[in-house]
Amino acid sequence: MRRYELVIVGGGPAGLAAAIAAADRGARNILLLERDQYLGGILNQCIHPGFGLQYFREELTGPEYAARFIAELPKYPQIEISRRSFAVKVTARKEITYLKPGCCETIKAGAVIMATGCRERTREMIHIPGDRPAGVFSAGLAQKLLNIEGLLPGKEVVIIGSGDIGLIMARRLTLEGARVKAVLEIQEKSAGLTRNVVQCLEDFNIPLYLRHQVLKISGRGRVAGVTVLNMQENKTFELACDTVLVSVGLLPERDIFADLSGLPGLFVCGNADKVYDLVDNVTRDSKKTGFLAVEYLRSKNAE
Amino acid sequence: MIYDILIIGGGVTGTAVARELSRYQLSIALLEKEAELAFGVSKSNSGIVHPGTQNPPDSLKGRLCVRGNKLLRGLSREIGVYFKQVGELIIITTAADLPRLQKLLSDGRKLGVRGLRIVDRKWLAKNEPNLSSAVPYALYAPTAGIISPYRLVYDLAENAAANGVEIFTDQLVTGVKKGRGFIVETTRRKFEARFMVNAAGLYADEVAALYGAADFKITPRKGEEYLLDKKRENLTRHIIFPLPTDKGKGMLVIKTSDGNPMIGPTAEDIEDKTDLSTTAEGFRKVTDSVREMAPCLDTRDIIAYFAGLRPVSGADFIIRAETALPGIVTVAGIQSPGLTASPAIAEYVVRLLRKAGLNLRRKKHFQKYRPATSHLFASSVRRIRGLLERDPSYGDIVCRCELVSAREIREAVRRGARTMDGVKFRTRAQAGRCHGGFCTTRIMKIIAEELKLPLTAVTKKGAGSELVTGDRRAPV
Repeated sequence: MRRYELVIVGGGPAGLAAAIAAADRGARNILLLERDQYLGGILNQCIHPGFGLQYFREELTGPEYAARFIAELPKYPQIEISRRSFAVKVTARKEITYLKPGCCETIKAGAVIMATGCRERTREMIHIPGDRPAGVFSAGLAQKLLNIEGLLPGKEVVIIGSGDIGLIMARRLTLEGARVKAVLEIQEKSAGLTRNVVQCLEDFNIPLYLRHQVLKISGRGRVAGVTVLNMQENKTFELACDTVLVSVGLLPERDIFADLSGLPGLFVCGNADKVYDLVDNVTRDSKKTGFLAVEYLRSKNAE
Repeated sequence: MIYDILIIGGGVTGTAVARELSRYQLSIALLEKEAELAFGVSKSNSGIVHPGTQNPPDSLKGRLCVRGNKLLRGLSREIGVYFKQVGELIIITTAADLPRLQKLLSDGRKLGVRGLRIVDRKWLAKNEPNLSSAVPYALYAPTAGIISPYRLVYDLAENAAANGVEIFTDQLVTGVKKGRGFIVETTRRKFEARFMVNAAGLYADEVAALYGAADFKITPRKGEEYLLDKKRENLTRHIIFPLPTDKGKGMLVIKTSDGNPMIGPTAEDIEDKTDLSTTAEGFRKVTDSVREMAPCLDTRDIIAYFAGLRPVSGADFIIRAETALPGIVTVAGIQSPGLTASPAIAEYVVRLLRKAGLNLRRKKHFQKYRPATSHLFASSVRRIRGLLERDPSYGDIVCRCELVSAREIREAVRRGARTMDGVKFRTRAQAGRCHGGFCTTRIMKIIAEELKLPLTAVTKKGAGSELVTGDRRAPV
């Protein structure tokens, strides 16, 4: 079984920052597992600006922000990168099994950093009743379809929830010629950043309905519309659309290490730890996690 | 070409009949109106293999259920579909209902259901700890089991096809005429056959009307089901039933062959045969009823839901040779326990066809076995290593929630999947917590590549359910 001082699961902004910080602090052999064929994680589909204002003091797009870290990697021969590598199991002995095309490896780590990101909450998690037609997407999936694959998810769009990804997608879809008919938020204020409400909705005259709940999604083949409750006036109305985006929050992706909480030498950073608003803060905190992992390894060695 | 037999309907009944008939030297075609098999009644089946209880002792469905329960064990081994005997408990909440439980016990014994016995609170506390302590007694039926309803259909169809059955999808039957045999018109073409089996599920009455047998009506009875996260696999150890009512078997806690517990179904008679919507009321009814049986139910564990329609026509199955139209067998009203009974229904239909004059000669080289499909999620690390030696793309993970590789998805398409739902039913990709948030684009690309389709033509469940509305990439 191969051994590494430090294994990092996830090559998004959190994993990249942790790897570089740990190497800077003296870790000598690090394995970074990335499930995709590219490093950078979700940043790759975030082609809008607004990243790096705090950390780099300049405004970057998601891929540009990721590229800053990826460009550093050649300076760090101690960081081994394994792409298309999917961790399937982590044990209390810090043995990690991962799959990649053609092989199934089990390795032993001195310390592990889980930088597995988050996933989106779904329509099913908030129990919206109705039909199950094509055209219901999580906002992040719609973003991937459009920005990575170049496919338009729909033409007449209603967005449920006002999370940041939903707001960003309202603007993005409008720019691509789709008509965003409404963003519906059940709470009294938007769940997203104010700058996104202004720049993504107000600047494009996209209506944001607060205290509005979707009671039903309708449509047999493709989405045909939604039934909406105006909670303040207790009135319902229909909105015709061919697409529904769901942007109702994110959940840390922790399933693979759910049984290992509190295990010495197992660290968690980035959105897998808690959901962040800004990637700059992910970088800042994940660097600290990289340092902590090295400190742990040193104290183990001293024993 | 004139087929010996035409089967209308590609659900569990139609495919079980096709597989049974494929033992004989016959030319057989099976027609399905949807884009894929199992897309009608069968896709929403709960996957319970019933022991045979809850049916009147003199009923056809009772007899066929008990026989089907026996046959399905051997059949599942032959066609490589996972079957597990988990047992069921029919519970009562007041000791005053004990006589009703005893009636079910004696009815079940009359039908030949094996191993039935009444168990008490002490037994329940030990063997079903999450069950409400208010349950004093239950009828234990150890022969109940679970199977994947759609994988059963797909594997039956695949084995039937390996034995020469021709399968046609997207073929809505629009007319039946009498020629030398029968001429069946669909939205796409004509088929001719000497014998015909109507296994059209919800539409069996409409198909029967096309050949003049309009003496029964199918009423859709909607059932909403709610699926829980796999991590709650052990919510209960057995399938839990309340006492049956005239509307059906009641709200259940179901174990599924994929691990996710399922709760439901509701039972509501409706008019529209295409209404598969779920409702807030259904959600409340299911969760309230199930909480009475399993108080530890947490609605935050619900990760998916759907509704299915039972094809109801009276209290019993209708399986008959049409005497006015010799050569046609009608199989209708196959609601629960239709999946369990399906292999026995197939035997019964073959007997009716023989009586109607179909000449049955066994094939010399009937392929009885179908190698089981490999699933990473059901494989040990050692087995995964073996699979990787066979094909490196078993290590290319597409669906991370359910651990499904590119190889499995490609294989599903090569075995007949045409849509995103078809891939989901066969492989579980998109069936987990993230609902395809991460894997949809990869699956779309594999389907498009295998079927040589543009990405804009990839659908969720057939024509009219295209996933995307436009391609923004610059033409190359």
